[in-house]
Amino acid sequence: MFQFESIQEFIQMGGHGPYVWSAYVISLSVLIWLIVSPLRRKTKLLKDIAREQQRDLARQGTNNGSNLST
Amino acid sequence: MPQLSNKRGLNWTWFHRLGSPRWFYQTSGKWLPWLSLLAAGLLLLGLCWGLGFAPQDAKQGNSFRIIYIHVPASFLALAGYYVMAIAGAVGLIWKMKLADMVMKSAAPIGAVLTFVALVTGAIWGKPTWGTYWVWDARITSMLVLLFLYLGVIALQYSYSSQDAASKASAVLSLVGMVNIPIIYKSVDWWYTLHQPATIKFTEAPSMHPDMFQPLLVMILGFYCFYAVALILNTRVEVLYRERRTRWVQDLVASKSTS
Repeated sequence: MFQFESIQEFIQMGGHGPYVWSAYVISLSVLIWLIVSPLRRKTKLLKDIAREQQRDLARQGTNNGSNLST
Repeated sequence: MPQLSNKRGLNWTWFHRLGSPRWFYQTSGKWLPWLSLLAAGLLLLGLCWGLGFAPQDAKQGNSFRIIYIHVPASFLALAGYYVMAIAGAVGLIWKMKLADMVMKSAAPIGAVLTFVALVTGAIWGKPTWGTYWVWDARITSMLVLLFLYLGVIALQYSYSSQDAASKASAVLSLVGMVNIPIIYKSVDWWYTLHQPATIKFTEAPSMHPDMFQPLLVMILGFYCFYAVALILNTRVEVLYRERRTRWVQDLVASKSTS
């Protein structure tokens, strides 16, 4: 059963609202960061590897081109 | 005799497969969506239950609701240290690369969870003890735990050779194991403000079931969350260290063409 009479009371938490909510908000934001940060690093790493592959492909292409022209 | 050696070879294949970063990457990829769903579901359920539906504490009022993140975070801060130290030992003894990657990935997660335990404890301390911080045994030993995690993170970046960094980190995390029993026993050994453990494996919990059930859900949720975070971090580490190998190159190539 919901312990509070109203949303107002739920937010105030009998005067302990600032403590409870700040503890939850700080914790949740760092936990979300723990998930987001490896996902962002992975996207960046995959992009870097793909770019390197493109560069290698391009280099091979120009090499072949110069071989043909000579 | 050939039979015997054959059997032994079979028995050890799991160990070598487990040590293969590629196998880990592929298998964990299949598990990850389900584990994430489970972690999110448990945490959401535990949050609503703990914040709105668990009865308030007779003495502490609503500030006691902080327990639903403080205790699970502290549990995982300690469990995460075991993970890091054991992975470090496995990497040190069997030269298993995957174990080194797990150790490196476990350090920042453990540091963050220890930070959460300390911060929520401080916030909880204000309305309950009248102060944010006391230099008592439990809190000080948790602060030492945070510094051990930070030390391992720092060591990872202070060597140019990855092998040397792994070795140094593993040694530090193993030496730091000394701190773990101190944390556990601190509330019994010294007179302290911090209350003794609410949950013990040997006894029934000293908490009303209505308060205890959401706590259990949150602890399970934190365990699943920890696993998800560790797997995510280790997967990036695997990709990074294996970036020159054929399978990672193929993986990227197939992704960029599709």
